[in-house]
Amino acid sequence: MAGQNDERKFPRREFLVRTLQLPCSAAVVTVLGPLALGSDAAAASQSGSETSEHYFGMGIQVDKCIGCGKCVEACKAENDVPREPYYFRTWVERYVIHNDGDVSVDSPEGGIRGFPLHEGESDVLRSFFVPKLCNQCDNPPCVQVCPVGATFKTDDGVVLVDSDYCIGCRYCIQACPYGARYLDPRTNTADKCTFCYHRITQGLLPACVEVCPTGARIFGELNALASPLRRLMRMSSLQVLKPALNTEPKVFYSKLDGEVR
Amino acid sequence: MKIWRIPDQVIRLAVVLVAAVAVLVVVRGRFVPASFGETGHYRADAVDVVAAQPIRYAGSQICVECHDGEGEAKSGSFHRTVSCEVCHGPAAAHAEDFESQTPLIPRERGAECLSCHEYLSPRPTGFPQIIERLHNPLQPCIGCHDPHDPTPPEVPESCSACHAQIARTKAVSHHLTLECETCHDAQAEHREEPRSFLPRKPTAREFCGSCHSESADSPADIPRVDLRDHGERYLCWQCHYPHHPES
Amino acid sequence: MERLESAVEQISGFIYPNEIELHWGLLVVLYPYITGLVAGAFILASLEKVFKVKELEPTYRLALLTALAFLLVAPLPLLAHLGHPERSFEIFLTPHFKSAMAMFGFVYAWYLMLVLLLEIWFDYRADLVKWGRKAGRFKKFLYWVITLGSRDLSPEAVEFDKKAVHTITLIGIPSAFLLHGYVGFIFGSVKANPWWSSVLMPIVFLFSAIVSGISLVLLIYYVTTLFRRKQPEMACLDKLASFLLYALIVDFSLEILDFIHRLYESEESIGILSELIVSKLYLSLTIVQILIGTIAPLLILAYSRFSRLPTELKRVAYFIGALLVQVGIFGTRWNVVIGGQLFSKSLRGLTVYKLELGGIEGLFTCIGLLILPFVILYILIKVLPPWEEASLALSEDAAVSTASAD
Repeated sequence: MAGQNDERKFPRREFLVRTLQLPCSAAVVTVLGPLALGSDAAAASQSGSETSEHYFGMGIQVDKCIGCGKCVEACKAENDVPREPYYFRTWVERYVIHNDGDVSVDSPEGGIRGFPLHEGESDVLRSFFVPKLCNQCDNPPCVQVCPVGATFKTDDGVVLVDSDYCIGCRYCIQACPYGARYLDPRTNTADKCTFCYHRITQGLLPACVEVCPTGARIFGELNALASPLRRLMRMSSLQVLKPALNTEPKVFYSKLDGEVR
Repeated sequence: MKIWRIPDQVIRLAVVLVAAVAVLVVVRGRFVPASFGETGHYRADAVDVVAAQPIRYAGSQICVECHDGEGEAKSGSFHRTVSCEVCHGPAAAHAEDFESQTPLIPRERGAECLSCHEYLSPRPTGFPQIIERLHNPLQPCIGCHDPHDPTPPEVPESCSACHAQIARTKAVSHHLTLECETCHDAQAEHREEPRSFLPRKPTAREFCGSCHSESADSPADIPRVDLRDHGERYLCWQCHYPHHPES
Repeated sequence: MERLESAVEQISGFIYPNEIELHWGLLVVLYPYITGLVAGAFILASLEKVFKVKELEPTYRLALLTALAFLLVAPLPLLAHLGHPERSFEIFLTPHFKSAMAMFGFVYAWYLMLVLLLEIWFDYRADLVKWGRKAGRFKKFLYWVITLGSRDLSPEAVEFDKKAVHTITLIGIPSAFLLHGYVGFIFGSVKANPWWSSVLMPIVFLFSAIVSGISLVLLIYYVTTLFRRKQPEMACLDKLASFLLYALIVDFSLEILDFIHRLYESEESIGILSELIVSKLYLSLTIVQILIGTIAPLLILAYSRFSRLPTELKRVAYFIGALLVQVGIFGTRWNVVIGGQLFSKSLRGLTVYKLELGGIEGLFTCIGLLILPFVILYILIKVLPPWEEASLALSEDAAVSTASAD
């Protein structure tokens, strides 16, 4: 799926970028002259010559998640995420679909302490857990809207936040369709999942993947021919969240139910 | 009349505009971070800042370098995919300095096991789950299950889960094959609230007599007594211990 | 933190855990409200210059100064809302060209510097020079600074001023459209939010801006003439009321079109949006924005404009109509900004917005920021009197002086 996309995607995206940049840049060039363009020109010349060896992604097997919340706990501990239940880089949702088709979803404290037994257990058609996190979109709306370049996509495909440069306008939080971003109350800057960038650049797994007891989360390289993630992509049919928004997530779900949004 | 004469107003405004742009250029040159734009429209140094964050979870590979026994036991068990730090908590500090930094060692019955194994309907079918209040409520999990190789030695039976001593005693007695329910009429609620719903015990000598009286319709090798002249002042179990009756 | 705790209790359905904190509050409601007033007031001023609507002449300079006063305040709510206001200059240093918000700096600078200030400068320059001749030492210096020392009063120079004003107004109309259409774009382009994401958003914003600007100038014109113990010119008020009425009709039609379009398309989000409208937004949308803020002034303005009411009563009716329009437009901004955050992007639940009183995001800051433009306007009027008498007096003086020189 990604393989096919890769060939088609890049010319189209480049086309969009070019056409969008053209009028904007032209407008600004008239005001500011060449000085504002220096940075973009440099970027273009560099990214052409230097292709990164890594391109990270994650696979989540919905039918393996047991809703234990260990990933939420590990994420908070590893990344020093505020303990209050309003700030999450990853969380787990429980979907219970009743016999009459009603769907009830909950995520008490993001699932960090697991889930209490659901009321009305006898009336369940199907139910399952869904771990959520930043989708590390290939076409990230949060990066698009950041006015200053404080959030960005690295060469290895991970979307990061520069907390020393973020002005705290929160446009990125509004633009994220997945609710994956929050404003860190200590720094007043936007924050989100980094795929544990400090770990993966040292060859470790992200903390949530490391502690997932059932192996529901699989982390790896999207470009590599052989990786556990590629194996998952080969062996299962995969879905992404909110595909209609064309954000092109790099977090793929297998056995994802249509009710999940 | 000169056609191309620039009006005085325009010249003055142009001076202001040029000054403003000049200030912007100077400020921009001075305040844009050095690494901005090196690899894209962002501060390239920010990547290093994010990457320099401290690591808290060491990863199982480091753990088993020292704890090879546990690693070995775990590698062949149902818990082979469960990383050490799932139960023991973040242990990078311990890996750095194992003398002063001790990771969690959960021994009590509680969240460490139950957060995975308590029954919840969305959990996958076949994933081992218990209803905590019905499953040996007084025992710590590790009393029966080795967390590094959690398959229990035998699947405990319902009454023996709590009344283990009785069960073991009965197991070596002549009453070995009798179900507890043969003598004890236990309501289902007893499993949840054992002290409020006490199981009944037999109340009459005739109950034992149904097997042990001379007229009883029971296998011939069962010892018989004449209820009319055998300890008529007492109930049977006031003298005999029914879970291990003397032969 | 306690605010978030109490918000948790009022959530209905399911929302993503990070959505408990509502990020754009009252200050961000103020921002489109104020910029709307700026754009609207400027467009009104342009009507007089470009389309030669003579009746509106008394409001031309007043509208320009109003636009300037509000434009100076427009970035303040945004600045106060930033997590790091001290880093706001980064928008100018390293603007991200793909970000709608990064363009704010340029749109704002273009509009403030190159349109509004220039137009006012050219329009007032000759008068300033003349006022400067008669003023005391301090005012003389002030006027000299404002005119940048340009004292040329030759007929060619004055003619050039007039032409410049005309040209700038021509550029200014699309610029004003750009300014507020752009604010609508900031919301309309957020595809993650079905309440905002709409191509009609910039146009709806633009027309509501025109509505609010006209009504504001009407209010200010009416109040200032009262304070100056003058009779407001009825022809001017009538014209303002007509324009306000027409703009209001267009604005309301566009909003209804947007509503019907959403209803007919009935996308995935329609369920939660209907729930939002009938529960959390019932008061602010149905009652305040539509009934009090749109239908009531429509009826009042239409009736008073085209009936034979006594002049006194007519004026009061216009005043009340314009006031209700302001309430309605503020309601519009509230419903867009706050309403767009009251439902979860999971489309499965609703949350609440808790208005604070104190604090930087609170009600008092908001009231202060709404009073500030009037203070600035007061100062601007003192320095640059927009009244016809002021310039009339000058031309009479000039006539007298030239006559005596002859």
